[in-house]
Order: sequence, then C-alpha cells, then structure tokens
Amino acid sequence: MCECCATEKDIYLPEAATIQKMRLMNDTEMYVRFTMDGPGAPVFDFTPGQFVEVSIAGIGEAPITISSSPTQKDGIEMVIRRIGNVTKAIHKLKAGDKIGIRGPLGKGTYPVEQVKGQNLVFICGGIGLVPQRSFINYVLDNRDDYGEVTILLGTKCYSQRFFQSELEQWLARDDIHFMETIDEAHDCWNGNVGVVTTLIPKIESELATSQVFICGPPIMYKFVLMALAEEKVPKDRIYLNLERKMKCGVGKCGHCQINNYYACIDGPVFKYSDLGVAPEAI
Amino acid sequence: MAVKKISKSDFADFVDKLLASRKVYAVQAKGDRFDFAPLLSAKDLRLDYDVTLQPPKKFFIPPVETLLTFSTGWPSPEAGAKYKSNYDDEKFVLLGVHPYDMVAINQLDELFRQGYCDNHYFTRRDNATIVAVDVVNPSQNVFAAEMGAAVVKEGFDVLLTDIGDAYVAQIATDKGQQLFATAKMSDAGTEDMKKRQEVQENNKKLLAKHKLKCPASYLPKLLEKAYNHPVWEEKAATCFACGSCNQVCPTCYCFGVQDDVSWDMKTGSRCRAWDGCLLDGFAKVAGNHDFRKNRADRFRHRLYRKAKYVPEKIGGQIACVGCGRCVGACLPDIANPVVVYNRLVDDLGIG
Repeated sequence: MCECCATEKDIYLPEAATIQKMRLMNDTEMYVRFTMDGPGAPVFDFTPGQFVEVSIAGIGEAPITISSSPTQKDGIEMVIRRIGNVTKAIHKLKAGDKIGIRGPLGKGTYPVEQVKGQNLVFICGGIGLVPQRSFINYVLDNRDDYGEVTILLGTKCYSQRFFQSELEQWLARDDIHFMETIDEAHDCWNGNVGVVTTLIPKIESELATSQVFICGPPIMYKFVLMALAEEKVPKDRIYLNLERKMKCGVGKCGHCQINNYYACIDGPVFKYSDLGVAPEAI
Repeated sequence: MAVKKISKSDFADFVDKLLASRKVYAVQAKGDRFDFAPLLSAKDLRLDYDVTLQPPKKFFIPPVETLLTFSTGWPSPEAGAKYKSNYDDEKFVLLGVHPYDMVAINQLDELFRQGYCDNHYFTRRDNATIVAVDVVNPSQNVFAAEMGAAVVKEGFDVLLTDIGDAYVAQIATDKGQQLFATAKMSDAGTEDMKKRQEVQENNKKLLAKHKLKCPASYLPKLLEKAYNHPVWEEKAATCFACGSCNQVCPTCYCFGVQDDVSWDMKTGSRCRAWDGCLLDGFAKVAGNHDFRKNRADRFRHRLYRKAKYVPEKIGGQIACVGCGRCVGACLPDIANPVVVYNRLVDDLGIG
C-alpha cells in the first residue's frame, strides 16, 4: 500500500447497515430507512446531494442518493425504484434485514452554506424529487436561514406520485410555495396538467435572482434550462443534479463520466456555469 | 543511485539464479510475437522484443480480480452479509518493461492514488520490482517518441540499456539495489554511459513510425475545438465497438464490477473486470438511458480521454504513450490516434 492509504480502509468494502423501515410508495418506488451498525452509527454525517452504494452480497451494488435531510437523526432515507437486479433484490427485503453501505460519496453537493439568505427554486421531475428532498427538508428544518422557497414537481402520471402526505404538508405550509403538475390528466387529479416547465411562469418569487436546483429524467433538463434562459436566470445560479451509472463511486471505473467530469466525485450536483463545455451533461 | 554495467552472460546467470527465489514475469516469444509471462529460464527472456501483445498493466489491474469475498447470509437477510477485502499479496519481479509502458504505469499510479486511494492496485504495485529496458527494436506502429514516452526517467526500480555485449543498469531504488545485490556488476564507465545516451537519443527519433503534426502538448487545445468535427462519425462508421483498442491500451483502466456466488448461495466474491468505453452500454443507466449510445460518441470519448480528460487530471501528460498496440489491434484500422489527431490539425490548424 502506498503511504497515503496505509491507514485507510478498502474503498470498495461496504459497512453493515440495518433497514428500519420499508414502504412501497407506488408500483415501483420503495421507501427505505436504514441506520449504520458500525462506523457512523446510527446516522453518518453527510451533505444533501451525496449518495451511497447499496450492496446486496451476491447481486451487486447500486448507487442511490440520500433522500433524507442531515438534520434527521432516526435513520437515512432512500427511495429505490425497482428497475435492475440490485434494486429488485432490495425490494424483497424487510425491516430488520441487513444491507451493505459505502458512503457517503460525491463531492459535488448542494451548496447548503453558500445559498443561505437567498431565494431557492427546486424543479423536480418524477423520481428527481428524491435527491432534492434531502436539501428541501434541510432548508425547512433551518427555515430562517433561507429566503423564499419554491418547489415545482412534475410527475408523469397520477399513480406514480409518492411522498403524498409529505407533499400535502408542503402544500399546507404558508412559508413555501409548492406547485405540482402531472403530465397526463387523471380523474382523481384536479391540479395542473402538463410538464413541469408549465409551472415555471407561475413562480411568484423573482426567478432571475433565485438559486435554481434541477433534478429529473435526462430529457427534462434541456427544456427546463431553455425555460430558465428565457427567464434570464444566469448559469451561475443554476444547479443540476446529474446522476449517472456511478459504479465504483470513487472516480476510478469510468462509467459515470460526463465529458471530463465524473458524476461520482465531481458531482452529482454541478453548478451549471462550472460545467463549461460538457455536451454530455444535458 | 548507481549506474552499473553487467555483461549479457552475467546477466543471464543472474536471472537464472533469481528464478530460484523470486517470481519473475518477463517478456518472452509467443508465436512470432511477444508477451509478458512467468519466466522459467533466462534463455526464454527476450529483451530485444518490439512490443508485447498485452501491456504490463495486467499485473496491477488484472483482467479479472477479486476485490472482496463474502458470506451472503442467505437465506436469512436479517443475519446480513459479511464482507472481507481480498488482496493479491505476492511479491514479483516484472522484467522487460519498455519506457512507454513505464510511463503508462506512472500515470496509473497517479490515477489510482488520486482522491480515493485504491489499495488493491497499490498492494500489487508495492509488491512489484520493475526492471525497465530501453527499446532495441522499434515495433512497426510505435510512436512513443511523438508522445514524449520513448525514454523514461522514473517509476522503475532498475533501467537496463542494451549497449551491445552488456547492459547498463541504472539502479534507481532500494528495491532495485536489493534485487541486483547478487549480480556481478561493475561501475559503468564514461564510454558505457555514452553508448546508453546514444541508444536513448536514437530512440527519441526512431520510435516515431507515425508522425504527429503538432506537439503532443497541443492536443488538449486541439480537441477543445474538435468536438463536432466530422471525423468522429467518419471513423466510427466502420467501428465494431469491440473494445480491442481499450483492451490493449496501457493507460485504459475502466472497469466493471460483478458478484459471483457459490452453488449453495452461501459465499461469493465481488470481482472487477476490465471494461471498455467503446463497448455498447458502457454509459447506460437504469431505465435504459444511454448517455453514449452512438458509436461515434464512444469513439470520440476514447480519444478525448487520452488527450484531454485524463491529462487534466495528471498535470497535462497525454494519456496516450504511443505504444501503437491499438493500431495493430483494430480490425477496421480506425484506432490510430495519430491519424485522427493529424486530420484535426489539417482541418483546424494549430493555434
């Protein structure tokens, strides 16, 4: 081992964690809350935007962004869509079961300190709500530290909505603006219908001086950025959560590379103006 | 440290004695070509080789390696899995590394150290004693001189230079000193040093079978304006996306990770294996979003990694050392970085 790592542990070695709660939130999204058994127990320090590698021995690892706020001390929350081998295996687990965790990982996080006192706008598409929720709940727990807070959420269809009771609480609060839309009309839905960009003109706070955070499916970024450009939001006030296949999570394997950036170590949250020429980002 | 001289017959005796006590991987003939393999006798050693089929990176990042072993805990997930790090902890001598491959290893050292230090890599690296050797016979596609990698100044424990009936041996580290402690050597004289200088100066000219039309240091700037150039689509039109260029490249180190379980599902291992950014699905994420679906995007990504992305991480060094292996490995003959970079120089100019 080289001198720099002689005392460090294996960067690929997961630590044991215990699932405290699991709840299926719609057809595919599973809410998971866990606590660490060993180092960092029960909840390690992290910054909103960071992710963990969840390990199921015999199946593999999957990078999952933390959804809870660091202010929450009863466990770390994730939302896991059943879509691959590892996530299918996680869906079969129950409270009390063990998982392996590597993390927290990611050095590009939400600028929690830098944007204090400023107006914040969160633009979330579908499961893109999950990483943003970590920062949103951090802001709500430190409400006086930030200016006006606007949250826009677009979901593809009514049945895919999740965190519904939490969303209702956000809607009921008078110190934040929460607006929601679904792409396809539904009998049970009286709210806005259309993609998330249709909510942007409805933002009441001054958008051009706000800090804007975007997370959603790949196709969403382009259209949101075009809408923000029309509103004259400067690039240095826009943050993109660019999640990729962060396989090793430590900047070695190459799978999450976005031009010259690694989502796992340079991100996953990037300031738009810092990205420079990175056509693969959007 | 010291610069010594050892006659070729004394060197052969030294190697044969070494084989009794040390594991030695060295360059040997494989058919009418060459490769690194376990050495059984000094007579099999071919330090006059042109290029090896595979670069020596496989001794530090094997094609497949076990990172962890585990018990799965199955069928009781509440019991949990137990993971244990697995390190290949065997000392070995790597004999016959050409300067360009040594430059590549130096780059890998930096990349595996940066940010998060990879102990699996460095366990092997620290266990290795590397004897490099200056090139005697340039291969038909080598362009190491164009990439500043025809000679190497550091990283090795010993550097041999063939000066006819003897080798000049630059002992660079304590490890190298210990390895050659029993060798019958004398101090290299002025004449020997002059011959070594000649070999190295000649190699700076001879290892240039493909000529780059700009200094290698200009490549990152060249690529800044080449992202939408038609050459990527043109070359990729005949690309098989087979990843051969990745596989033979001494500086490619991307990998995938996969779990294997035993028949009773009670134990298993987490392995990493070489991957290639040219392969379909390399950048695919859950939900089938593929961020480099087009072959041209992947073809461009490889050459941008070599001359722009990785250099930005390692102080400007170009991550192509000019070994020329990809040129020979590519069936449709589109992999030669010099051809692509020269085309860009022709079309976009310098400056």
